[in-house]
Amino acid sequence: MYPNDYRYTKDHEWVKVDGSTGTIGITDYAQHELGDVVFVELPKVGAQLKAGGSLGTVESVKAVSEIFCPVSGDVTEINPALANAPEKINQDPHNSAWLIKLRLSDAKETAGLMDASAYEAYIAEKSKEHSA
Amino acid sequence: MRYLPKSPSERHEMLKAIGVGSVEELFQSVPEKFRLCAPLDLPGPLSEMEIIQYFQNRAAENARGFGSFLGAGVYRHVRSVTADALVQRGEFLTSYTPYQAEISQGTLTAIFEFQTLMCQLTGQDVANASMYDGSTALTEAVLMAQRLTGRSRVLVARSVHPEYRQVLATYARNLGIEIVDIGYTQCGQLDRAAIEKAKLGDAAAIVAQSPNFFGVLEELPALAEAAHPAGALLVTCIAEPVSLGVVRPPTEADIVAMEGQAFGVSPSYGGPYVGVLATREKFVRQMPGRLAGQTTDAAGRRGFVLTLATREQHIRREKATSNICTNEALYALAATIHLCLLGKEGLREQALHNLAKARFALAELEKIPGVRRVFSGPFFNEFTLEFPRSVKMINDDLLREKIIGPYPLGTHYPELTKRAVVCVTETTSRAEIERMCAAVRRILERPV
Amino acid sequence: MSSKSTLNEAPAAVIRKAAQHVVQNEGLIFEKSAPGKRGMEIPPLDVPAVNPAVALGREFAREDVEGFPEVSEIEVVRHFTRLSTWNYAIDLGMYPLGSCTMKYNPRVNEFVARLEGLASEHPEQPGEVSQGCLRILYDLQKCLISITGMDAATLQPAAGAQGELTGLLMIRAYLESQGNPRKKVLIPDSAHGTNPASVVIAGYEVQNIKSNAQGQIDTDHLREFVKEDVAALMLTNPNTLGVFEERIAEIAAVLHDRGALLYMDGANMNALAGIARPGDFGVDVMHLNLHKTFSTPHGGGGPGAGPVMVRKILEPFLPIPVVVQRENGQYALEHNRPQSVGRVRAYCGNFGVLLRALAYTLAYGPGIRQATEDAVLNANYIRKNLEDLFDLPYSLPSMHEVVFSDARQKARGVNTMDMAKRLLDYGFHAYTTAFPLIVPGAMMIEPTESESKEECDLFIDAMRSIAAEAEMNPDLVKSAPHSTRVGRLDEVAAARKPILRWRPADEKELAHDA
Repeated sequence: MYPNDYRYTKDHEWVKVDGSTGTIGITDYAQHELGDVVFVELPKVGAQLKAGGSLGTVESVKAVSEIFCPVSGDVTEINPALANAPEKINQDPHNSAWLIKLRLSDAKETAGLMDASAYEAYIAEKSKEHSA
Repeated sequence: MRYLPKSPSERHEMLKAIGVGSVEELFQSVPEKFRLCAPLDLPGPLSEMEIIQYFQNRAAENARGFGSFLGAGVYRHVRSVTADALVQRGEFLTSYTPYQAEISQGTLTAIFEFQTLMCQLTGQDVANASMYDGSTALTEAVLMAQRLTGRSRVLVARSVHPEYRQVLATYARNLGIEIVDIGYTQCGQLDRAAIEKAKLGDAAAIVAQSPNFFGVLEELPALAEAAHPAGALLVTCIAEPVSLGVVRPPTEADIVAMEGQAFGVSPSYGGPYVGVLATREKFVRQMPGRLAGQTTDAAGRRGFVLTLATREQHIRREKATSNICTNEALYALAATIHLCLLGKEGLREQALHNLAKARFALAELEKIPGVRRVFSGPFFNEFTLEFPRSVKMINDDLLREKIIGPYPLGTHYPELTKRAVVCVTETTSRAEIERMCAAVRRILERPV
Repeated sequence: MSSKSTLNEAPAAVIRKAAQHVVQNEGLIFEKSAPGKRGMEIPPLDVPAVNPAVALGREFAREDVEGFPEVSEIEVVRHFTRLSTWNYAIDLGMYPLGSCTMKYNPRVNEFVARLEGLASEHPEQPGEVSQGCLRILYDLQKCLISITGMDAATLQPAAGAQGELTGLLMIRAYLESQGNPRKKVLIPDSAHGTNPASVVIAGYEVQNIKSNAQGQIDTDHLREFVKEDVAALMLTNPNTLGVFEERIAEIAAVLHDRGALLYMDGANMNALAGIARPGDFGVDVMHLNLHKTFSTPHGGGGPGAGPVMVRKILEPFLPIPVVVQRENGQYALEHNRPQSVGRVRAYCGNFGVLLRALAYTLAYGPGIRQATEDAVLNANYIRKNLEDLFDLPYSLPSMHEVVFSDARQKARGVNTMDMAKRLLDYGFHAYTTAFPLIVPGAMMIEPTESESKEECDLFIDAMRSIAAEAEMNPDLVKSAPHSTRVGRLDEVAAARKPILRWRPADEKELAHDA
C-alpha cells in the first residue's frame, strides 16, 4: 500500500526523491480521513517552499486541511489533472494524484521523515486512538 | 403570556419530571450575587392592541404622506402587495438558513433564482445569496480584490456614496488597506487623469459607482482599460439597480457590489436592505457569503444545496473569506418575487419612466431663475443642481409644504455647498413634480 | 424489522408528528417564462417619454435584460407558494437547533413594521420628521441596556458577526487611546466560527485557548494566557455547551488586571434575560442577536441585527451615528463623535428588525423573565428524558440548551448527521450537528420557550425512537431521510462542479424534476 521508496510525514504527506527532484502528495490515509475531495489549492510554479511550511490546502465538502511541505525547494510543476478532477486524490493518491514537484534545496532533509513501515505503524496507532 | 404555550400545571409536571422543586433551582449555576431579585425596569407588558397603538403613534411622528425627491442610495419605487403576501408566508418568514437541504428546497430554489437574476442584471457569471447591504457589499468586494491581487491600495472615486466609503474606511483601517481618493471632473465622472497619476501598478482595484452619488453614469469600459493592464481590478457598485433596466450592465467590472433595496424593499428608515455581490466565475472561491448550487439526489431528482462552504466562517474560521453568517435572505426573496412580477418588460418600462420623469423634472427646475444643472454627464433618475442659496434653508421651507427635498451635497462634500441631488422615480407623479417646482420657485422668490 | 431495509420501505416506528401528503412540483421560474407575459403593471407615464439611446447616449443604453423572466402574476404566486410548501418553518413546529434560538416570530411585529409612516421613511430625511423612528431606536436602546445591565449601545450592526467586529473595533480604539492596541484576542475552542473570523478583520491575531475538562474556560490557567499583548477574551455565556461560566467574575478580573477587556458573545442571551445581567458580571462589551433572543424572523437566513452594548469606558468609540435624546426632548442622530470607530454600515441599522425587537420586548415587559425560565425548563426537561439514551459529554447543569454526542450510536455506525437526517422523517428540523467543535459528534439541542409540553414530548419520543432504530435498524437511520421530497443531495458534485445559476442551455442536461 505505501511505496517503500517514499518518505512520509506525521501530517500524512509523502515525498518521492529522484535525484534533485522531489514529488509530493498526500497519503491514502489522509484522503480516507478527508472524504471526497472537491478542491485542491496549490502554490504557483516558482514558489519557494520550506520544510514544514504550508504548500496549500485540500478541501472536502465540510472541511479544509492544510498540506505541509515535507522538504524545502522551488516548485517546478503542479499537477494539471487536479483542477478539473480533484477526485483523483481519492482514487490514486500515491501516483497520478501527485500534487507538486520541487527542485530540492537539500535532499538530506528526507532523513528525518518516516519510511513506509514506520508510517504504517504510525497510522495503525492513530486508528487505535480513534476507536478508543 | 400569549407567546408561552404552557399552563401552570404543565410547568409543574415538567419540574417534577426533571426532579426539581422550582424553576429557580435550574439557575443554580448562575452565582447568587448575579441573580436578579427584582424584575427588570422595562416598559410593558402590552397587549397586541397596545403594541399597535404605540407604533401607530410613532408613525404619526414621521413624514407619512410627504412627497419626496430624496434618493442618495435609497429609492421609492413600486412595490407589490402580492410580493409582500408571499414573503409573509410562515414557511418563508419563519424558516431557518437552509443547512438541511431536504427540508429547505423552497428557500434554496428561491436563492438560486435570486443568484440568477443578479447575474442577468449585472452581466456577471456568479452572484451570492446576499450581503447585508450595498455599503458592506462594496467593502467585501474591495477585500476580495485585495485577496485576489495581493495588493493593498485601492483607488476610490469620491463620487462613490459617502457612507459606503466611510464603511470601507472602517474595515480597511485594520486590514492594511490604503484608500486613495480620486476626484471627479466637471461632467461629474471619475477623473481619469487622476487615475493615471496614481500608481496603478500597486493598486488592487479602481472603485467606482454607477450611477454615482451625483447621479452621473461612469464610463466603466475606460476604467477597466486603465485597470487591467496594470494588474488591477475594476470594482463597481450600483446603489440604484433599476438603472440596469435601461443602462448597459457592468460586464467589464471584475466585481460588482449592489444595493437591492430598489427591488421591492421598503425604505424602512435604513434597513433591512439586501446587498448583492457578483463576480467572474474564476473568482468564485474568493467570494464571501452563501452560495446555492444545483445538484441531484440519489434518485436523480434536481435539488439545491448551499455549496462551496469551505470559504465561510463556520469551516474556515479565522481564514474565512469573511465573518458573515446571517445575511438578508428574506429580502433577497422579496427582491426575487418583485423582479419576477415586474419581469423583463416591467423592469424596462419602470426604468424608462424614471428616465422620462427625471428629465421632465430637470427641465422644469432649470426654468427657475438661479437654478442650474451641474455635472453634465449622462444620468438615470438623479441629477445635481446648484441653487442660489443654502440647500438646507430651501429644504426647511419645502418640509413645511410636506415635501422632502433633494440631498444637500455640502454634508459630505465641503466644496459642493448649495448643490443638491434631486431624485425622481416612477412613483413621483407629474403633479407632484410641478408642485415641488412651484414651491421651490416661491421659496427662492422670497427675500433671504 | 430486518436490518437490511431499503430506501423505500416504510419505517417501523409510528411517527406521530408528521404524515406524508401530496405536495406540488415546480420548476424554476425561468422555465415558465415566455415572451409577452408580465406580472405587474405600473401606471401610465404622465410626462413625455424619452428615448434611452438619446437620453443616455448609445454607449450606455441597454436593450433589455436577457433571460429575465416573463410570467404572469398567478404563475408567480403559484411558484412561490409551491416553493414555500417545501420548507420547514417555526410556524410548523420546533427547531431544536442549538444556539439559534428559533422562537416564535410574533405576527404583530410584522404588522407594525409595515405601517405607513414607518416602512416608508427614508434614512436621510430630516430629523424633524423622523422623531417617531428615532424614538423607536432610542426606546429599544433603553430596553436593551436594561436587559443587559450595560451603559450604552449601538444598533447599527446588521448581524451578530458584524456586532462582534464592531465590539472588537471599539476594544481596539479604546486600547489605542490608552497607548497600545495590543495584538491578540483569546478565543475558546468552543467558540462559534464568526468569532475568530471577526477577530482577523479587526486586525488582531487569534489565539485559541483550550477548554478545560468541563468544557469551560480554563480559569486556573487563564492568567498565563493573558499576556501584555492580549487585547481581549471573547467568550460566549452561557457557553456553546449551554453551561454558565460560573467563574465569569474571576475571568473578568484576570483580564482587567492586565488591562485587557472581556467581550461576550450574546448568542445565548435566551438563558439570561431577566435572570442575570452581563454588565453585572464584568463584561465590557457584548453583542446581542435580535434574530435569536428577540424573536425577529430568520427568513431563511436573514436579516438579523447585532446591537452592541458597552460599558461607559467604551462609549466614546461607538459607531456613528449615535441615537441620542437632546435636552429639549427631541431625538437625533449624532455624527460629531471624534473618537468613534466610524461606520460599520450605511444609515443607522436594520431599522425594520430593530422595530420588531422592540415590539417583542414591549409585549413581555418585565415578564421577559418568564420566557427565559420556560426556555431553561424545556431544555432541562428534554435533557432529563434523553440522557439515558444519549451520551452527555459534559455533565454540568444545562441552561437553555443541552449538548449530547453520538458516542453510543457510533458503535452501531450511526452518527449525529444520520440521526439529524432521520429526525426530518419525524416531522422536525434537525438539531445542530458538528458544533461545538470540542464535542466530536455533537448533538446541540435548544427548544426555546416557544415549545409546548406537547411539542417537547413529541420531540423526546422521536429522539427515543431514533435511538432505538440506531440499535435495531441502523441502516434505516444511515440512509435517512426517507419521506422528504428529495433525499440526501450530492454535495460533492455541487462543490466539484458548481452550478450557481440557471442558464437556458442547462435545460437539456437536467435530471428530471422532483
